[in-house]
Amino acid sequence: MENLIEIKNLHASIDGKEILKGINLTVKPGEVHAIMGPNGSGKSTLSNVLVGHPAYTVTQGEVIYKGQDLLALNPEERSHAGIFLSFQYPVEIAGVSMTNFMRAAINAKRQALGEAALSAGDFLKLMREKRALVNLDSKLANRSVNEGFSGGEKKRNEIFQMAMLEPTLSILDETDSGLDIDALRIVAEGVNKLKRPDTSTLVITHYQRLLDYIKPDIVHVLYNGKIVKTAGPELALELEERGYDWIKNPQ
Amino acid sequence: MKNETEYIKLFEENRNLIDSPCAALLNAQRPAAFAKFAAQGFPTIKDEAYRNSNVEKLFATNYGINLGRIKMGDNPHEGFTCDVPNLATRQEFIVNDCYQAEEGSRKSLPEGVLLGSLNTYARSHEALLAPYYNTLACNGDSIAQFNTAFVQDGMLLYIPRNTELTETIQLVTLLRSNIEMMSNRRLLIILEEGAKANLLVCDHSSNEKATLSTQITEVFLGNNASLNLFELEETGYANNRLAHLFVQQKGSSTFNHSSITLTGGFTRNGVYVSLEEEGAEANLSGLAICDKQQHTDNHTLVEHKAGRCTSNELYKYILDEQSTGVFAGKMHIYPDAQHTASQQTNRNLCLTSCAKMYAQPQLEIYADDVKCSHGSTVGQLDESALFYMQQRGIPKEEARHLLMFAFAGEVIDNICIDALRDRLHILVEKRFRGELNRCKGCALCKQ
Repeated sequence: MENLIEIKNLHASIDGKEILKGINLTVKPGEVHAIMGPNGSGKSTLSNVLVGHPAYTVTQGEVIYKGQDLLALNPEERSHAGIFLSFQYPVEIAGVSMTNFMRAAINAKRQALGEAALSAGDFLKLMREKRALVNLDSKLANRSVNEGFSGGEKKRNEIFQMAMLEPTLSILDETDSGLDIDALRIVAEGVNKLKRPDTSTLVITHYQRLLDYIKPDIVHVLYNGKIVKTAGPELALELEERGYDWIKNPQ
Repeated sequence: MKNETEYIKLFEENRNLIDSPCAALLNAQRPAAFAKFAAQGFPTIKDEAYRNSNVEKLFATNYGINLGRIKMGDNPHEGFTCDVPNLATRQEFIVNDCYQAEEGSRKSLPEGVLLGSLNTYARSHEALLAPYYNTLACNGDSIAQFNTAFVQDGMLLYIPRNTELTETIQLVTLLRSNIEMMSNRRLLIILEEGAKANLLVCDHSSNEKATLSTQITEVFLGNNASLNLFELEETGYANNRLAHLFVQQKGSSTFNHSSITLTGGFTRNGVYVSLEEEGAEANLSGLAICDKQQHTDNHTLVEHKAGRCTSNELYKYILDEQSTGVFAGKMHIYPDAQHTASQQTNRNLCLTSCAKMYAQPQLEIYADDVKCSHGSTVGQLDESALFYMQQRGIPKEEARHLLMFAFAGEVIDNICIDALRDRLHILVEKRFRGELNRCKGCALCKQ
């Protein structure tokens, strides 16, 4: 099977400080990979670099996504190509309603793919359908993007947007942070319902808890800008039990 | 005093020409106004109120002034449309500074309402207008005095007691000439006790050459009277506007003002509101969208002279390229104005590092039981919001428009006429996309 994304010797820095120091990671279609690691190891940097955040500079290495050079694409082109990031801290956008925001996003993608814009009726129908997936209140859809949303609502809203955009590669950056147990279950179930055999997921998390719901095929440990350990799902359980010290200081 | 000399000479040598087509009421105010202007000269950047707006240089151009009242071009009633979809308005025109009467019969106005040429009504209704005309503007700065000295016409709107105008009046001021042109126009708006009206004033231009317009508006609101005044400037980069709006409000009257600067050259809008009796309310808002070398200056002064009055101000600027914005807003709470509620907000976006914003929020409170606040911010578009939208597939330029549109939306949402609000949302969006090339549907501009 062909690889969906192939990250080779990726180095990246912010403000001149190198954070990623040679990442190698390959994800095949349909796979769920978990990336774990202690604070400051570079997990969020990796997700930001993959979606083209302007604050980060790639200094070395390459990323091949669906056979093309991902790093040559601007952020919106990466989105159109099917990459989605569920933000650790979703941004509040005052004055821009969720509806207008989502319509602009959907239609930009359709335009990029050479499809006609959705009619107002079809768009609203799609909104309703996808909202149900994460129990997002219709009132929230009429409000400004993330403005005044609770922590749980913001994360559910991320998954709602993911449902709308139907990405091929979803990166969930600490989607479990700030969620209570019920919200975690709703969010995780939403992600699972969206899973198709050809779509892949990168789950960035500190805890095993989310992985109880979103079952990874492969677990990686990122430490000091490099992937230092890769194993099956049992690795997450082991980390939960033993912490990271045994990886940081191998005997 | 270089530029003034020309105008002082012009006035002195052409006094007969200026006076002859005009009503005695207009002519009677000229000498005192001229004396003040001649003594003070045009404001310079040494004047505090004009520190960031160099109006002196505007007067350096050698403009033509139509003192002889020559008819310029066709009657705009035939052919010019500046319609607001879904809003039936009664259109009035001022071309340069001449009021253009519509020939033939028109739908009649409610009894006692006067709407038309200021100069004509100043003759026929002198006793009615005398207690109002120039009683507020006489205290204005030298540009107001200059206007009073030279003005020959404008529009009058008079609404008698307890009369409500349901139809929105739309005044279109058209700049039309093939030389550099100066226009001095005057609006007089009198709403007696309990009267109500909506007035929309749109500035348009078909001029490629530079123009300078001075406009003085005096508004008198009786007890419980209510006026919604919307001003939309949609001219060109060569069209300069110096406007003063004086408002006097009696008890429990309401004045809502929205001033939208979409396109223009150098714009100075002075708004001076005097809340003279209990319960009066003034809501002022402004939106300026500027690019290239555009300069927009909104100066406001709200004087709370009586208790239990309310004032709200919201002014927002979006400055692109090398444009400049100026906002100076002063709230003056007099010693007797207890239980005043007054709020002023000024928010500005500078889209480039060359755009400049000067903000001066001021609050002077001499009463001890009031609720007043003011705030001013200058910032850039939120980079994290832009990136968030890009990640969702929205191209950066589109994301910028969405943020700018959201920013501007707050001012437009204040407009109480639905059809006009919808229209402005569209115009603002077009402006951001660079699609607004003067007015749509304007027969003149299409030529």
